Amino acid sequence: MESESRITEPGFLLLEDGTLFRGRLASDSALLPAVAEVVFTTNMTGYQEVFTDPSYRGQIVVMTAPQIGNYGVNAEDPESSAPQVAGVVVRELSETYSSWRATNGLGAWLAASQVPIIQDVDTRRLTRHLRSVGVMRGVIGAGTEPDEASKLALEECPSMEGLDLASRVSTRERYSWGDPRARHHIVAYDYGIKRNILRLFDENDCRVTVVPADTSADAALAEDPDGIFLSNGPGDPDAVSYAPEIIRTLATKGVPIFGICLGHQLLGLTFGGSTSKMPYGHRGGNHPVKEVETGRVLITAQNHGFAVEGDEQSVKGASDLEVTHVNLNDRTIEGLRHRTLPVFGVQYHPEAAPGPHDARPLFQEFLSALKGAIR
Amino acid sequence: MPKRTDLHRILLIGSGPIIIGQGAEFDYSGTQAAKALQEEGFEVILVNSNPATIMTDPEIADRTYIEPVTPEYVELIIAKERPDALLPTMGGQTALNVAMKLAELGVLEKYGVELIGADARAIAMAEDRKLFGEAMKRIGLAVPPGGIATTIDEAFDLLETTAFPAIIRPAFTLGGTGGGIAYNRQEFEEIIRRGLDLSPVSQVLVERSVIGWKEFELEVMRDCADNVVIVCSIENIDPMGVHTGDSITVAPAMTLTDREYQLMRDAAVAVIREIGVEAGGCNIQFAINPDDGEMLVIEMNPRVSRSSALASKATGFPIARIGTKLAVGYRLDEIPNDITGTTPASFEPVLDYVVVKCPRFAFEKFRAANPRLTTQMKSVGESMAIGRTFKEAFQKALRALETGRPGWTTATTLADDRLEDDSVETLRGALRQPTPERIFQVKRALSAGISVDELFELTGMDRWFLSQMKELLEAERAFASLKTIDKDVLWRMKRMGFADRQLADLRGESEAAARTRRLGFGVVPAYKMVDTCAGEFPSATPYLYSSYDEESEAPKSGKRSVVILGSGPNRIGQGVEFDYCCVRAALALRDRGYETIMINSNPETVSTDFDISDKLYFEPLTLEHVLDIVEREQPLGVIVQLGGQTPLKLTQGLEKAGVTILGTQPDSIDIAEDRKRFDAIARSLGIRQPDNGIATSLDEAVAAATRIGYPVLVRPSYVLGGRAMEIVYDEQSLRQYFERAARVSEDKPVLIDRFLEDAFEADVDAISDGERVVIGGVMQHIEDAGIHSGDSACVLPPYLIDEEHIDEMRQHTVALAKALNVVGLINVQYAIKDGLVYVLEVNPRASRTVPFVSKAIGVPLASIAARVMLGETLDEIGFTEEVIPAYISVKEAVFPFNKFREFDPILGPEMRSTGEVMGISDSFGSAFGKAQLAADNVLPAGGALFITVNDSDKHAVTPIARRFQEMGFKLFATGGTAKHLRGRGIPVETVLKIHEGRPNGIDMMLNGEVQLLINTPLGKESQRDDYTMRQAAIANHVAYTTTLSAANAACDAILSLRSRAPSVLSLQEWHARIPKEAGV
Repeated sequence: MESESRITEPGFLLLEDGTLFRGRLASDSALLPAVAEVVFTTNMTGYQEVFTDPSYRGQIVVMTAPQIGNYGVNAEDPESSAPQVAGVVVRELSETYSSWRATNGLGAWLAASQVPIIQDVDTRRLTRHLRSVGVMRGVIGAGTEPDEASKLALEECPSMEGLDLASRVSTRERYSWGDPRARHHIVAYDYGIKRNILRLFDENDCRVTVVPADTSADAALAEDPDGIFLSNGPGDPDAVSYAPEIIRTLATKGVPIFGICLGHQLLGLTFGGSTSKMPYGHRGGNHPVKEVETGRVLITAQNHGFAVEGDEQSVKGASDLEVTHVNLNDRTIEGLRHRTLPVFGVQYHPEAAPGPHDARPLFQEFLSALKGAIR
Repeated sequence: MPKRTDLHRILLIGSGPIIIGQGAEFDYSGTQAAKALQEEGFEVILVNSNPATIMTDPEIADRTYIEPVTPEYVELIIAKERPDALLPTMGGQTALNVAMKLAELGVLEKYGVELIGADARAIAMAEDRKLFGEAMKRIGLAVPPGGIATTIDEAFDLLETTAFPAIIRPAFTLGGTGGGIAYNRQEFEEIIRRGLDLSPVSQVLVERSVIGWKEFELEVMRDCADNVVIVCSIENIDPMGVHTGDSITVAPAMTLTDREYQLMRDAAVAVIREIGVEAGGCNIQFAINPDDGEMLVIEMNPRVSRSSALASKATGFPIARIGTKLAVGYRLDEIPNDITGTTPASFEPVLDYVVVKCPRFAFEKFRAANPRLTTQMKSVGESMAIGRTFKEAFQKALRALETGRPGWTTATTLADDRLEDDSVETLRGALRQPTPERIFQVKRALSAGISVDELFELTGMDRWFLSQMKELLEAERAFASLKTIDKDVLWRMKRMGFADRQLADLRGESEAAARTRRLGFGVVPAYKMVDTCAGEFPSATPYLYSSYDEESEAPKSGKRSVVILGSGPNRIGQGVEFDYCCVRAALALRDRGYETIMINSNPETVSTDFDISDKLYFEPLTLEHVLDIVEREQPLGVIVQLGGQTPLKLTQGLEKAGVTILGTQPDSIDIAEDRKRFDAIARSLGIRQPDNGIATSLDEAVAAATRIGYPVLVRPSYVLGGRAMEIVYDEQSLRQYFERAARVSEDKPVLIDRFLEDAFEADVDAISDGERVVIGGVMQHIEDAGIHSGDSACVLPPYLIDEEHIDEMRQHTVALAKALNVVGLINVQYAIKDGLVYVLEVNPRASRTVPFVSKAIGVPLASIAARVMLGETLDEIGFTEEVIPAYISVKEAVFPFNKFREFDPILGPEMRSTGEVMGISDSFGSAFGKAQLAADNVLPAGGALFITVNDSDKHAVTPIARRFQEMGFKLFATGGTAKHLRGRGIPVETVLKIHEGRPNGIDMMLNGEVQLLINTPLGKESQRDDYTMRQAAIANHVAYTTTLSAANAACDAILSLRSRAPSVLSLQEWHARIPKEAGV
């Protein structure tokens, strides 16, 4: 357990509709103003995974759990090489941490990656506001009142809609993950892939070739994959305009394809569906998802602000797709499958991290669909 | 899978009397279960012997059996009602064990009754230590090394694997009863013997100690389609080695990464599946090694529990209600989340606040009992508090305990923090051995400069919690040294949960001044909602807590509202009966169109169920918190007379702040408590009181006692449950007493009354609307004067008091209610000696007998009281005449002597019972017999009676002995008693007293040669003998009585037992025997 010394300057979060939240900065004011879309997550554990999840790229994340930083940070839990979030808003950042696995404090770790953090904010008021009027852009600034520089930065911040962030977080070079002698070979399109997906493939006797988001179908097929994986990622799926064509080509070759989150949305778009921005998205580890076929309910990890349009009966505009999962809170589509091809996707995160492991068997399902798999 | 249509009639078993380890939480779960079943159209048959509960109110079930919760009686109910199913998981270990016994005996099969919620196989696998260990092995989960023993020898063999210290856990017991930690062979043997004795299957688990490991609990639910959700995680601040019921606990878990939490979650899901809880909930306990994260499964309860009640209140997810719906066939996704109203129950609650629960103990009542906290639960109640941070919730929860500490504050004396001296070594020693005061010793240690790391080594408390406490201490120090206080610093202190009183104490100011300054700065709390979803969805249910934050939710509705102050944590003298009254009031006033606002801090109760009142404030019951809420809600007024002493203590402060008190006014309460003012009124009404006096010093006390004449009854004024009340026989004892009592309440005088030896006592409950007074019930105590009314059995209507004396008591009660301008309830205690009626005490408020009387007469007194407090007349309500039932109701008290084995089970003026039971029948003997059975004092139908009484009782015991002899009992007695009885022609065998040699009475009890013991205190010289004798009776399950009146009643009961087969009748059937024109 270590104690961290702390900056306690006043700071604020200003939303684009003018709503102001005051707090104290727990990071260097030189990082400010920081602007981005402000979203909240209800995960009660796993802040380190959240902050390193590439799907949170370009977002200021509000933790609804009020005590953050209690167990510090460690080397095993990050979902990518560094924090991805544009800023962090919490009710109380722990001054100390305690865990046998901890290697550093959260505050120091975020500071090292130049991520601004503001605490002492009435995060419940903020969450309720975002929930009732929808997520919007915001700016974290220093001082008690918004300054001109912050206001200007907020004005200039682009909307999440139409933003292709996936291309920005995608790997520039292809790379391999896992044991080269593994039974299966997966080519994973990286739109912002989480490490735990790679870890799970590895655990399931797969080696993964991670390729940039714009890798052509031919190049992917040249890797001779047993299956194609479409990863999660940030931003507006519609803006990843090059992806559907690639995916369609791969699918028509009969290669099994599995998409998670953004990957799932891109599958929807590929087969004629559409996506739209949700009022405040799903972010957390407690979303009930029903498997349409069996009626079983899974408690799932989620992190998305866009969704494939449709309902429990059908994917709007995509008659080749059938709906396999729905969210029980708002009845949005959580999973789909192609009627004839070995293609399926889920909106939620079976790899969890953070979140419950209920949906892990989905990986098995994909694996059993792979070429050469023992069924 | 919707509701099952093959079931129509369901039997629900309650948990019986409140005992340590099985408290009010089962009234909460039972009431929820009954309501959930009725809502689904099932016919609900309910059995519970505890009259102080909401669940036994006649409208909660279709038929309510206030009968002993024993296999024998439940079988009678099954035979009569022929239910389709039995729900055994809502009534604690008691219900589970009775259900298991009925399954074993083939009763369920015989009558075609299905166990729902958890079947016999699952219950056995969870409760049987051996089967459970094997099940965990099958799913690859680790349990502490150890094994199962059914004999002493087997247990000693296990020591080879476990070594010392060893943990002993009996199978099928509740609250860790009979368990413990053994550090040596002698302790080991003692605990094993007791454990084997207390386990209904004579089985104990002996395991290696993981004392000091982090302790967690998960509340899990599973439906018939195998969907599983985790409702809540709970982390114990006190690590392994202290029973979770005695630990300070936090929800959600504070120190687990997602990786560790999900491992635990996966394990919990695997456990509930393997054990096979098909449709319902369970609680699973885990231990985690703080050095490397190694995880062990400790145990699982396949039913709702104290922890599930806490988890329900902590999250807003009503586990008992949902569990009941699962048991009748629903799936989680088919049940709505009642708090949001828009989302299903198939989700896992997320918290955007921190919940802290603190146990409340009663060691001040059991001075001889060992206050060391172990794996056997010893607390009698608990408080819960909610804050936005741990620091805030922690301080609020400690404050809500109502033990005089306004937060995390050390006591003024070392003794009150259970320290012998102020050396650091003493402190270190104390910290290693958990007691209720350890959390305050931690503060002393931090103040003394002991590091967080060392404290972790000493206590095993996680460094994170210790650091949070250290931050509190540092904040206090900084605040105390500030030159001036500005708004900003005050805001920050309030955000850490400091009460105005704490801040005032830090700066040597008055609480009032601190409050005034705070309000001057505009520093007021915000009220946030508990909504199960951290704000993600709109919520319709105003379940609120305070925090110093920006935004308040659930604003004032504009409706006419009433605030009801609850009774806080359960304690001896203030238990579920007051919660009962508060709930009745809330329901009655809601029904009359008022917005009802409940304030309470007790998570075990029905009153803190979010659907009982229109608004629930889960807050400590202190003046600061109550005034803040009243300020915000601007109610018509506040009801203080239903929650026991807790709200009563706030009355003066509330009145001073200009708050309207509904019903009886504070001045009348003061008159009743103020000896001089009350004397004047009693005199003017011509009501006789025992000679009495007041003393503020020892000299005054001696003078008063001499004037009055010994024996005298002494007690501090303004006390609860006869706290520190004693009968004093001479001046020397008075002097000794006065030293002790002066410490109990410093600025309040000591009251001295003449003690009326061998008097009859009676209680009268009545209700007044300010004009008319109607008697609720006259109860005769079974035990003689000198035994606290809460500890005495009583009977309604009276069976041995002359009608003229009953009438006199009625008249006095009416006169007193009028003189005190009572609007609401009043309770008067009387003694009758030598044909004269004396008033002992007047309480212008709800008494603990209100629920008992209400059930006996079929009139909900507390509901009516709430209505008259808001201006309705008794005439309008239709309750104008006393109801005198044509049947007999007996109330009996239940004691924790089994838990505190080292404590003498003798009764006295200080209350020690934790709960009560009721027996109803058409004869006194039969009703008393049922009450005894329900209180687990099983009277023998025949056999041997052993009598050993003091000299003054020898005369009175003679006719009792004769009755037993005529019934065919074989009589034994010690020398003097035997001689006396033989002299009166009663054949009796002489038995040696303990100090006289062997074989003696104890040998006989150990050999099973005695079935009933009559033992009255023999005086100082043989105190030790007496005590040992009673201990032996408890340990060997020999029925015993320590008063002659109870012995006489036992005789009646045994006669009745022998003359007729046991029978059962529902409360509704009894009430139907009350003539229609009476009552409402």
